[in-house]
Amino acid sequence: MADRFPSPFEIETPAGAEGWQELYTYSLPFSTDRREYEDSMFWFQDGVHWPEVMSPWDATFYEFALASLSQYNTRHYLIPPALGVDFRVLNGYAYLSPVGVADPAEIEARVPHFLERAGFYFQNWATLYEQWMGKIRGLIDEMESLSFEPLPDKEDLAVVTEGRGMGSGFELQRSYHRLVDLALQLWQYHFEFLNLGYAAYLDFFGFCKQAFPSIPDLAIAKMVAGVEVDLFQPDEELKKLARLAVDSRVDGAFSQPSAAEVIEALRGSDAGQAWLSQWEASAQPWFNFSSGSGFYHTDEVWLEHLEIPFGFVRDYIAKLREGVDISRPIEAIRAERDRIVGEYGELLATDEDRAAFEQKLGLARVVFPYVENHNFYVEHWSHSVLWRKMRQLGGVLAKEGFFGGETDIFLLKRDEVPEALWDYYSAWAVGTQPRGPVYWGRELERRRGILTALRSWSPPPALGRPPEVVTEPFTIMLWGITGESVKQWLGAGDGGGDGSLKGFAASPGVAEGPARVIFSADQIGEVQAGEILVAPLTAPSWAPIFGKIGATVTDVGGMMAHAAIVCREYGLPAVTGTAFGTKTIKTGQRIRVDGNQGTVTILEG
Amino acid sequence: MSFVCWLDDYDPAQRARLGGKNASLGEMLAAGLPVPPGFAVTVDAYHTVRGHPEVRQAVTGLLDEVDLDDPAALEELSAAIRRRIEQVPLDDAVAAAVRAAYAELCERCTAEAVPVAVRSSATSEDLPDASFAGEHDTYLWVRGPTDLLRHLTRCWSSLFTARAIAYRRERGYDHDVVAMAVGVQQMVRPTASGVAFTLNPRDGDRSQVAVEAAWGFGEGIVSGEVTPDSFLVDKVLGEIVQRTISDKAVEYRLGDGDRVERVEVAADRRTAPSLSDDQVKAVARLARRAERHYRCPQDVEWALDADRPDDQAVTLLQARPETVWSRKAAKPVASVADPMASIVATLVSPLHTRGSSDTPGP
Repeated sequence: MADRFPSPFEIETPAGAEGWQELYTYSLPFSTDRREYEDSMFWFQDGVHWPEVMSPWDATFYEFALASLSQYNTRHYLIPPALGVDFRVLNGYAYLSPVGVADPAEIEARVPHFLERAGFYFQNWATLYEQWMGKIRGLIDEMESLSFEPLPDKEDLAVVTEGRGMGSGFELQRSYHRLVDLALQLWQYHFEFLNLGYAAYLDFFGFCKQAFPSIPDLAIAKMVAGVEVDLFQPDEELKKLARLAVDSRVDGAFSQPSAAEVIEALRGSDAGQAWLSQWEASAQPWFNFSSGSGFYHTDEVWLEHLEIPFGFVRDYIAKLREGVDISRPIEAIRAERDRIVGEYGELLATDEDRAAFEQKLGLARVVFPYVENHNFYVEHWSHSVLWRKMRQLGGVLAKEGFFGGETDIFLLKRDEVPEALWDYYSAWAVGTQPRGPVYWGRELERRRGILTALRSWSPPPALGRPPEVVTEPFTIMLWGITGESVKQWLGAGDGGGDGSLKGFAASPGVAEGPARVIFSADQIGEVQAGEILVAPLTAPSWAPIFGKIGATVTDVGGMMAHAAIVCREYGLPAVTGTAFGTKTIKTGQRIRVDGNQGTVTILEG
Repeated sequence: MSFVCWLDDYDPAQRARLGGKNASLGEMLAAGLPVPPGFAVTVDAYHTVRGHPEVRQAVTGLLDEVDLDDPAALEELSAAIRRRIEQVPLDDAVAAAVRAAYAELCERCTAEAVPVAVRSSATSEDLPDASFAGEHDTYLWVRGPTDLLRHLTRCWSSLFTARAIAYRRERGYDHDVVAMAVGVQQMVRPTASGVAFTLNPRDGDRSQVAVEAAWGFGEGIVSGEVTPDSFLVDKVLGEIVQRTISDKAVEYRLGDGDRVERVEVAADRRTAPSLSDDQVKAVARLARRAERHYRCPQDVEWALDADRPDDQAVTLLQARPETVWSRKAAKPVASVADPMASIVATLVSPLHTRGSSDTPGP
């Protein structure tokens, strides 16, 4: 078995992708300018958030997210042993490297600051969280208020009569700058609580592991998990709509093949109109829900791709007609959680432990709603709005002939968009032709070729020499990367081949069934009842299919992976972070998923 | 005065008349634990024999005459007393009561001549039970009323084995300090059997039940001849969290003439799990019930009874307190005094760098 992964400097550029580095901010690619440092670090591919090649603009969220995460560790809370998570792009893929504090004296010196700063957040969590909700909604409102329109032939008379002294071209550029600022601000907010939330969770986790050395990780997750979680709300809204359709007898409309025809049919009756009003009410905000991680402009949002939510409503209607109870048994879920907490508490050896258990669980539960809910507000809702605004802007430039279509804007780096806007604006101002249509026409063609070449490359799971043990707590929590998983990646090249995969025992139970390997949200429709879903990762918006599958296997993610959370919720076995599930398993093969031990076995086929 | 007492009618007030072993079985049944059915032959029955003039005379007379430091003489004395106990005619009422109870047991087990274990269950008003554990005889696979009565008297007479006589003498006890009740309990013919601990024997984790299982009777596991399949079951989630299936080359089965014999395991069964997942969970639940009942970690022996329906097949043979981890003083894991300090410790020294084998991951 090899003891290291390739150096980033040993990796070759795929044929046809020459010059890919220029598609990203200059600080993103590995470079000889920092070779000594970059070669000394261990980098892993972040398949949880960026499993695919990033187009130039999409790398914006990558940079904003990682810098924001890092900033809170390093500069706000002074997490004693951890600085940020360094980030690079190699052949279009995201590679991360957690940076620790090496000097024990420095760690020691950070402790009092951490106690003061993190302590403040823990003590005032409820108030600060409420404030956060206000901030995030304000931010979304402001993003919604930005509009991107083609520049007028002549300015409105009011611009003159009100003495505004500035014009539409300036507004357009300012709005783009504002949108990018809001995106960074959004990511600042995203990490305001998250790292501290994980710290409190890890503390409870560590306590449980000491009190019960063999306690399954998922038992701990179950004790902390919320019962009513915003991330489940979009699915709840679909069920509500399905029930309404059946109860008000408009469910017949859903026999129409397309969403447009369903809507047309519903418009024809009062009950149908009432259903559509309820749809509108549910859709804002709950259907600002991405079918992917929300980090790619190509991720489909329910609100904009009605076939997805309508398809789910149709499935739920069919279940209701069969007399299936589709409601989420909130009381039973709550009772089960209380039982688990009660029984572990009872098994503790001393009263002192029971007091500590309750205290730590209490804090973990105070912080956990943020950990569970932020994803909806940031990656789903805010990102949906932002992608929509960006497409509007792309549409403006497409209309001017800069682009072939609105989504071409994502082939520009975020700092190239102002240049294109400047070109558009200045030519408009002068009253002549912009260079853009020819310039970008040629350049985007070249970029498309590069991205296609990059997509055909498969990224190694990691780069450089791995540490003996992975100690950075967030790396383990967020990405599910441990010393063990790294060893497994290293060993995978050697074959093995006994038809079994190892991952996180993420949701208990054992299931056998035919596998269905899918790689993206648009394949969800292929999944048949009773099959075992095998995917690189899953998104919260896939929730409705969890009602019909037998188990889930993912390539990436740990205990807190979405697939893990949803499977625990649905009582389905799940093994996450198998690294090679989608590569090893073929659709139709019978597999056995053991969610208690974290193993997946290919039985036949 | 009653000579027979059903184990499932056990009344703690009667402990002295039933002996420790019977009392323990009775208690388990009263707690709803699935112990094979049976009855106790009380000390009153024993006294009908012990009080028989011939026996009385033999005991006092012989004991006075013999030099107990001479092993050969002691053996001879023991044999003489035992012969006398086994040969005096059995009190009619005792014989009738035992025959009737056995007939009823056969009926309960829907078997013609149900095989039973006949166990000594010594009792004393002055001594703790443990001080004479293992001193007396047990007979397995006894069938039919005649055989039962014969082994009943042999159990009684086992109060006077050379070892038991010497033991009492060493301790300075009177020879009537103990009396003998006898337990008669249905034999289990197991497809698989084993042990279970209501904690993880590797790390003392009380949230788990460790189950060890092998084909057939438990002899192979006890002697170490068979490496059992081993399972860890989380008590709270009720799920199997670890499973190791071993190569089980031999097993002990019931052969012709009620003889337990050692046989090679057929190739296809050697590496097959000796328990299904549901059976593992059922054993774990059973062990957990015993732990709840006794309010301390238990070490139990169980068997999967081939003669019972699947959902009732797991039977409890014995339960005793676990001793290794339970003796260690419970030390608190954490304190409530400074929660922030604990968070810092978690961050600075994550669990998996503290030398624990359990990392939060695969």
